[in-house]
Amino acid sequence: MAETAVASGAADTARKTPLVVRFAGDSGDGIQLAGLEFAKSTAEAKSDFMTFPDYPAEIRAPAGTLFGVSAYQIQFDSDEVLTPGDEADVLVAFNPAALKTNLQNLKAGGVLVVDETHFDNRGLKKAKLETNPLEDGSLDGYQLITADVVKRTIEALAPLELGRKQATRAKNFWVLGLVYWLFGRPVEPTEAWLKSKFRKTPEVAEANTMALKAGHAYAETIELSAVRDYAEPRVAKGKNRSRIISGTQAMAYGIAAISALGKRDVVYCSYPITPASILLHALARFEAGIRTFQAEDEIAAVSAALGASYAGSLGITASSGPGLSLKTEAMGLGVSVELPLIVIDVQRGGPSTGMPTKPEQSDLSMAVYGRHGEAPVPVLAPATPDECFWIMLEAARAAIDAMTPVIVLSDAYLANAASDWELPDIDAIPDIDWPEHEPNGADFEPFARDPETLARPWVAPGTPGHAHRIGGIEKSSGSGHISYDPDNHEEMTRLRAEKIDRLAARWPEVTIEDGPEDGDLLVIGWGSTYGSIAQAVRELNAEGKRIAHVHLRHLNPLPRGLPELLDRFPHAVTVELNTGQLCSMLRSAYLKPVECISQVNGQPFQVSKLRDEFTRRLEALAT
Amino acid sequence: MNIMDVKQLSANDFGSDQEVRWCPGCGDYAILKVVKTVLADIGRSPDEVVFVAGIGCAARFPYYLSTYGFHTIHGRAAAVATGVKLANPDLDVWVVGGDGDFMSIGGNHTLHALRRNVDLNLLLFNNAIYGLTKGQYSPTSPVGTRSPSTPGGSVEQPVNAASFALGAGAKFVARGADTLQTHLPGVLKRAHDYRGASFVEILQNCIVYHDGAFGAINDRSESQNVTVRLEHGQPMLFGKENDKALVFNEQKGTFEVAELSQLDSETNVAVHDETNIDRAFALAQMEQPGHPVPLGVLYAEPCPDFVEARGFTGTRSAWDRDALKALL
Repeated sequence: MAETAVASGAADTARKTPLVVRFAGDSGDGIQLAGLEFAKSTAEAKSDFMTFPDYPAEIRAPAGTLFGVSAYQIQFDSDEVLTPGDEADVLVAFNPAALKTNLQNLKAGGVLVVDETHFDNRGLKKAKLETNPLEDGSLDGYQLITADVVKRTIEALAPLELGRKQATRAKNFWVLGLVYWLFGRPVEPTEAWLKSKFRKTPEVAEANTMALKAGHAYAETIELSAVRDYAEPRVAKGKNRSRIISGTQAMAYGIAAISALGKRDVVYCSYPITPASILLHALARFEAGIRTFQAEDEIAAVSAALGASYAGSLGITASSGPGLSLKTEAMGLGVSVELPLIVIDVQRGGPSTGMPTKPEQSDLSMAVYGRHGEAPVPVLAPATPDECFWIMLEAARAAIDAMTPVIVLSDAYLANAASDWELPDIDAIPDIDWPEHEPNGADFEPFARDPETLARPWVAPGTPGHAHRIGGIEKSSGSGHISYDPDNHEEMTRLRAEKIDRLAARWPEVTIEDGPEDGDLLVIGWGSTYGSIAQAVRELNAEGKRIAHVHLRHLNPLPRGLPELLDRFPHAVTVELNTGQLCSMLRSAYLKPVECISQVNGQPFQVSKLRDEFTRRLEALAT
Repeated sequence: MNIMDVKQLSANDFGSDQEVRWCPGCGDYAILKVVKTVLADIGRSPDEVVFVAGIGCAARFPYYLSTYGFHTIHGRAAAVATGVKLANPDLDVWVVGGDGDFMSIGGNHTLHALRRNVDLNLLLFNNAIYGLTKGQYSPTSPVGTRSPSTPGGSVEQPVNAASFALGAGAKFVARGADTLQTHLPGVLKRAHDYRGASFVEILQNCIVYHDGAFGAINDRSESQNVTVRLEHGQPMLFGKENDKALVFNEQKGTFEVAELSQLDSETNVAVHDETNIDRAFALAQMEQPGHPVPLGVLYAEPCPDFVEARGFTGTRSAWDRDALKALL
């Protein structure tokens, strides 16, 4: 085989359409880093974009194995980008295993960049390949670009006199340089970032920079003309230089905003769990405003958060499914003593350990119903990385206004997916009001209620003249004294539920995202499926189909306006990364024959799959 | 600070209007009385004091005080109290629980509150039985305890609470007994004054399900013969006539009992050093019969308190809108 090859398979049809790039390799290859740098370069280029890291749970799975493959995908365009894309225009594969597991994600005729270093007997065997795909003709339908990346990286770094192993580590930047050239991206911003990132180890910065430039120069030298059109800029209208934000980082900023706008330190307590730990990492970096606490277990985390709320701060805890199970008893206490608390569940494939790095929406039922006794709590779900910022403020207001624990349902996709982010106008956000109490507690009753919100007063220890006792035993309405009175328990149970239901009046009425106000098919989504549903519905609307999309951010209580919407469409279907949990809730709440498009494979919905599903249903309705 | 600080507080100022619902004769009454006295002696307003409890007979404690109180869930009081401290380090926070709360379902939280040295006063009411659930053996019940769940007698080794606390890295470990009304206040005062996690095991008699579990220890007339009262820097003598002594066997690393009159010299009597962790472990291992049970402060060593070490003070946010804009 030639040392390099530019095979032109299918004819290049590059118009200024959205582009999708996917990087795949060993989890130790620096795939996520290369992908993130490409995303930053995309932000510099003022395109609209969305990214999706798809990585295994193992930190460093054995090199070259199929289960150790990590991937990072990004879609960018001048128009609004709602998803990381179904199929890639360009796939970068660092080894045979990455090629084998990711080729299905590449469009027919797409560009395939392959590091051929490991396509020897050993590498092929690890990837369980019988023949070498670079030679057996199986890649004929793609525009193949191969390079002996390891060898070329070592050659490029020769002046630094590094060991082979150390030099090889820079190979992701060599490949990144090549990809930059493909898309007409300058290397300078990444070079500057490397310099600042590795300012304490300038030799590492230098090695990576040299590799980056060498890859870029290599691409230029071999003249990859067949794909040069990818370099056409895709500048989004009205876009200033935007920044990248992942759902996790947005959530961290949202929590910071609670502290700044409430003028009270937030106490954030959590126990390490994938994929929620990265939120703890993000918050721990803040030097003020947030008091982070890595607790000894999930129960301690939620208990300490509740203790912090009791003491007048706002306690927040986050976890994933297994942790949410452990937190439920303390959340029940929060419901009983009526204290604010935010519990974030970054959902992942379950049950049990399940698939810790893969998204799923399968904790909805647990969030809404999963506590002993009658213990309703508000449940919110952000739809995009950007909304992860705003949902935290809304959760804080709900928790304080109704004096209740609130669950926020995110997932592994939203936590890791990143998009460009328009900075919020901080001055336009109202304060978060903490209640103040007069130092006169003679008639103070800890379970007297606000007639409008039904919330009880929040009086923290240290407030003069208001010392009182609360606990998980049923309390007498008003005085809060222990009470086993039957009528009182009935009253308190109904008050606690009514208090949550009344939140719906304060929340916005649900509206159609895309599509006609009445029509043939109503699609109901929630959480991270937003982008895929919106894209599919917009495409079908453009074809004249009478399909509409509503997206629920409020799952308990359900938002106002939803039953009326259901009345306006003969057919309604939920789209969920579970087996139909929202669907069951809606059927139960509204007695409507709602159906479900369900997927539980640990992956986000592909737009094409939803298009097919919607189309099939629309056709069935027409006949 | 408020108006209540102006006048001298009395024990009555710390009692609530709630009817106490422990069984008649329960050791908890005696502890409640001592705690109220100690709180009055400490002199902080009830508005600045918080009692956090888990679940069990002992955990009803907050309802019977006039301070702020939070009756939480089984085993988690130390974790909740840690959150209280994180949010407002200025509060005086006490944690009350039984042997089930502290040593069984909440053992993990006890361990971590102690090793972190969170500034809490942790009071373990140890009666070596599950009272509220009607008498099952507990993790501190001696081998052979007959109970509804162990009709043939329990076979498990009990946990030694003081040893557990020392092993967890506690820097303040003390022990008292419910009925020793002149001894217990001093122990609780010391616990309060220690900045960090102070662990106090209070031997408490359950009159219904485990009466006499601690033998003569909490029998005021006999206690002197079966306990040794620890005083830092003082020789370790015990017995009604102070006629028995503890001698430290350097080779074995254990304390041995001797008749004072039989010793060659009084200088052979061990002197209590509450800063010596090895001696503290040796003391914690001393049990009846064979040894007097040590009461008082077994170990006290200054150590940075967790919340202070993290740099958290007050309750207000250091941030405002401008800080948030700068952050973004």
